[in-house]
Amino acid sequence: MPVIWHRKDLLGLENLSREEIEFILETADSFKEVSARDIKKVPALRGKTVVNLFYEPSTRTRVSFEVAAKRLSADVINIATETSSVKKGETLIDTGKNIQALNADIIVMRHNYSGAAAMLARNLEISVVNAGDGWHEHPTQALLDIFTLKEKLGRIEGLSVSIVGDIAHSRVARSNIWGLTKLGAKVTVCAPPVLIPVAVEQMGVKITHNLDEALKHADAVNVLRMQFERDGSEAFPKQLEYFKNFGITRERLEKLKKNILVMHPGPLNRGIEISSEVADGGHSVILEQVTNGIAVRMAVLFLVAQGRERKKDGEATH
Amino acid sequence: MPMKEKAQVLDKDTLNRTLMRMAHEILEKNKGTQGLCLLGIRTRGAFIAKRLADCVEKIEAERIAVGILDITLYRDDLTLVANQPVVHKTEIDFDIENKSVVLVDDVLYTGRTVRAALDALMDLGRPKSIQLAVLIDRGHRELPIRADYVGKNIPTAQNETVEVRLSEVDHKDEVVITEKVN
Repeated sequence: MPVIWHRKDLLGLENLSREEIEFILETADSFKEVSARDIKKVPALRGKTVVNLFYEPSTRTRVSFEVAAKRLSADVINIATETSSVKKGETLIDTGKNIQALNADIIVMRHNYSGAAAMLARNLEISVVNAGDGWHEHPTQALLDIFTLKEKLGRIEGLSVSIVGDIAHSRVARSNIWGLTKLGAKVTVCAPPVLIPVAVEQMGVKITHNLDEALKHADAVNVLRMQFERDGSEAFPKQLEYFKNFGITRERLEKLKKNILVMHPGPLNRGIEISSEVADGGHSVILEQVTNGIAVRMAVLFLVAQGRERKKDGEATH
Repeated sequence: MPMKEKAQVLDKDTLNRTLMRMAHEILEKNKGTQGLCLLGIRTRGAFIAKRLADCVEKIEAERIAVGILDITLYRDDLTLVANQPVVHKTEIDFDIENKSVVLVDDVLYTGRTVRAALDALMDLGRPKSIQLAVLIDRGHRELPIRADYVGKNIPTAQNETVEVRLSEVDHKDEVVITEKVN
């Protein structure tokens, strides 16, 4: 089999080929079985060190990466920047070079600036995995969403997927749009006009401001979390108003002619973007997304570690 | 690197007879099918395991459990191989606890694949015993490992390769020796 994966980093889905995305998904499918065993551990990354470097609060993504790394037998170090030298003014690249000097192998980073992961990756020889950079991309979340869709519906090509919520400030939406369109799905984004980013249609998606319209023909809906902590403007909708117009409720789903899969990256705002009935109901695959997230992140860590070794070998022999 | 075919060492009929003999030997040593199961190492070992189970069924009129082991994650050369190692699923839908497990592979060479398979197995449970069945033993061991059942011993040179071809993946049944052409 020819080498499909050469990269030492995973920075986003925008620059990946369809084959690369499909290869990650296939690898993740094989890793899923490991988590179902009594002994949930394989030695693939034994002796490797993974550093979780999080400049923004995150529990589920960080824990998911930590579990994934540990199931591959890697050692994991968590750095929360509030309690680190970042507070003393250390730059991102200096922090990265110090981590590299510890002979760590992979940095998993979340940062509030778009492009931070790419900048770090350019300046380091070790692998960088983007766990969310600003409003830009959150590739592993999109990969686990797509993995769950494929697992549940058997394919991606030709599916209609609607993404509902704050598209403008959502890296999850962006990564999903890149990934889904590359794999041949039709994507619709749905939100109040203030939460639709400028020129999003150039990414190959349809836009609607009407939730029923977005749900009507969709095979799946990905419900984004309303990020009220980012709310700074008067234009930002109020919670009750948002729920009334854009909240996913049982009533709305019952009006549909076909079954629809409901996804949400978490954490849930019950009663704002999704009702409790739907979140806990038969349409929801929200907790399966969490389980699949481990397999997807194991695949990503495994592949970037190999990509880096390939680069090292390449430099030595050519 | 291009490979030149040197000699055919097993044809379809001999291969089938060899597998039948190995099935008899496995049954003889284990005194029947009680607690017996076969685990084939992906890719070709998995097909051979299934064929051995077919042979056992012909002899004893009883189907024994067959599983597939993927050892990619346990390899010690993950970063050295030129081709992309593709991780596949391990598919074992029965409990190996206290079973007599016969590990099945197509070619035994350095022993490193078997070492990886033993580690993988230990992570899945605690079998009563593990035995090793290989269609071809070509020598050149790098680890202290030997097979309990051997289809055919074929002494080879290091620059030669033994190719086991099975109709399930290769459209025909045969074993050939190939050699690197420089």
